[in-house]
Amino acid sequence: MPRNKINISDEIEHLSVLNEKGQLDKDLEPEISETLLLNIHRTMLLGRRFDERLLNLQRQGRIGTFAPITGQEAAQLGAVAVLRSSDWMVPSFRETAAEIWRGRTMESLILYYSGFNEGGRIPDDMNNLPVCVPVATHLLHAVGLAWALGYRKKDDVVMTFFGDGATSEGDFHEGLNFAGVYRTPVIFVCQNNQWAISVPRSKQTRSQTLAQKALAYGIPGLQVDGNDLLAVYSAAKEAVERARSGGGPTLIECVTYRLMMHTTADDPKRYRKEEEVQEWVGRDPLPRFQKYLIENKKLLSKEKIDRLETEIKEEIQAAVERAEEQKSKLKEPLEMFDHVYAELPKNLKEQKAQLAGELSGNKKEDGHD
Amino acid sequence: MTNITMVQALNLALRQEMEKDDGIILLGEDVGVDGGVFRVTEGLIEKFGEQRVLDTPLAESGIVGMSIGMAAYGLRPVCEIQFSGFSYLSFHQIESHASRLRWRSQGRFHVPMVVRTPYGGGVRALEHHSESREAFYAHMPGLKMVIPSGPRIARALLVSAIRDPDPVIFFEPKALYRAFREEVPDEEETCPLGKSRLVLEGEDLTMISYGAMMRPSLDAASELKDKDGIRVEVIDLVTISPLDDELFVQSVKKTGRAMVIHEAPRSFGPGAEIVSRLVEKAFFYLEVPISRVTGFDILIPLFSRENYYLPNVQRIVRSARQLLKT
Repeated sequence: MPRNKINISDEIEHLSVLNEKGQLDKDLEPEISETLLLNIHRTMLLGRRFDERLLNLQRQGRIGTFAPITGQEAAQLGAVAVLRSSDWMVPSFRETAAEIWRGRTMESLILYYSGFNEGGRIPDDMNNLPVCVPVATHLLHAVGLAWALGYRKKDDVVMTFFGDGATSEGDFHEGLNFAGVYRTPVIFVCQNNQWAISVPRSKQTRSQTLAQKALAYGIPGLQVDGNDLLAVYSAAKEAVERARSGGGPTLIECVTYRLMMHTTADDPKRYRKEEEVQEWVGRDPLPRFQKYLIENKKLLSKEKIDRLETEIKEEIQAAVERAEEQKSKLKEPLEMFDHVYAELPKNLKEQKAQLAGELSGNKKEDGHD
Repeated sequence: MTNITMVQALNLALRQEMEKDDGIILLGEDVGVDGGVFRVTEGLIEKFGEQRVLDTPLAESGIVGMSIGMAAYGLRPVCEIQFSGFSYLSFHQIESHASRLRWRSQGRFHVPMVVRTPYGGGVRALEHHSESREAFYAHMPGLKMVIPSGPRIARALLVSAIRDPDPVIFFEPKALYRAFREEVPDEEETCPLGKSRLVLEGEDLTMISYGAMMRPSLDAASELKDKDGIRVEVIDLVTISPLDDELFVQSVKKTGRAMVIHEAPRSFGPGAEIVSRLVEKAFFYLEVPISRVTGFDILIPLFSRENYYLPNVQRIVRSARQLLKT
């Protein structure tokens, strides 16, 4: 008996529009309005500077641990910029720029990183799920949300973010598999930033690309230069349009790099070489996109960027001050009992009363009845 | 009013609720065309279609995780994990997300979902098909954990679980699926979560149990009455968490003697919490130490020996007599 070839699509493409030297492939250049380009740039810059400020606050002990995004701004913003506000975003924990784009305020992020649950509050008009810390587990929520959108006959889509490490998790498999089976309108955006804390991409999987994993689920997969905003935008636009028109899910692998630490609790010098970081500094998405806006689009100039830097600095400062002010009003620890259940059960009423008693210094003897 | 089994009663609850609310979606392995391996969802795919009854890929985390996403959007998914012994593949979804999303989003997102799953021994099954691990789920803040003990209450409890705004783990005692029938009214019945039930009134001793162990407990109570003249009060917890301690504390204050009966292993089992509440709230009313008749702290043996593991009428009667002797 012969061995017959089964024809499975094995096409995985890599998309690059604006290369690391800032050279533009005119044929592939996406049409993006000037306003949108400038808004994206502003949020990229804001994301970068906010990261730096958060690091500063963390080192001063004013906030706790957080996960920096520096280097990944294009991979996030190129993708979310395609969404409309009624679409859904399901983040992991390293999407500050994307969250800000979707309307999350800086003060709520500061509040969250300062250890206040109130910072995790998602406003009623914002279609984001909250940050998800356990890796890859939220992919399934994105699929369930997307299924529900289809069931309710909406043409909104869901975009979810995760890293290269997440592709090793079982829930990555289950998420892509369910999305494929039910053809749900989900865009899986993998931020392949090369490092899952100390474990390099090469040790996560023998697969040549992460994008090719899509093939196993019968869904399209595409690898893009994640530090190339135009490439990410083009890939996301294609995927969102497909999802919106009933064509189902897509996996996009954004090849990018985490220029800073995994979180502020981590020291990357223990596991990676400075030369490698410097190589990636040369591929930084921000100056590359700025060069495009200055030279190709004539939308920016050095002076305009300087003005923007000042504006952003003030904006961040104002957010830090607002967060400080809110924090000073959030001293009530009894609120830790809120939102555990729709209604407080009896045991929690008793325990809340116990804490309230301690707080009011009420040392009344607990008698047996 | 019809005389039906627990399987039929659960099916009735699902059918009637699905008729009322198109946000209720069933999903799980074999729940559609096959009607569930125990036939709880039989006929529902025919009645409501593939859009409301989803035969899912074989993936527990996928089933629960997808349900969480559906619930976050405002649907009311009722998912089935084929056996509770396989629910650990979705444990992280329940612990990390179902129980926390309301809290994490500070009230923006709710997870009004039900995870139905058969638990417990007594059906001569394979490994992983007989465990009783309600304590795992009862230990999680943000979650509700309920177990019915017969057809009528199973129907009412499932209706209430579906309507509940919080995620509910609904353990179904598989040994009781077809063990007996009860009259179940056609019209709607509900059973509030977080409320235990007084099933039998008595003065001498309080038995606290739930799920499949309610039958041997009631049989033991009946034997004790007939042979020893002991009047046992029997309480069905119905909800394991949040635990309703009012009824059993009140009962033990009256009887002074308490027994807890469950098939879960003894150490750190639900009995440990019940005994603690009694110690905290009724200590000075106790005539004798509290007794626990439970599974042993071992893995439930394969079925040729499972009857030595599971609490039975003789074991309960013997323990009760000991309590009355002292």
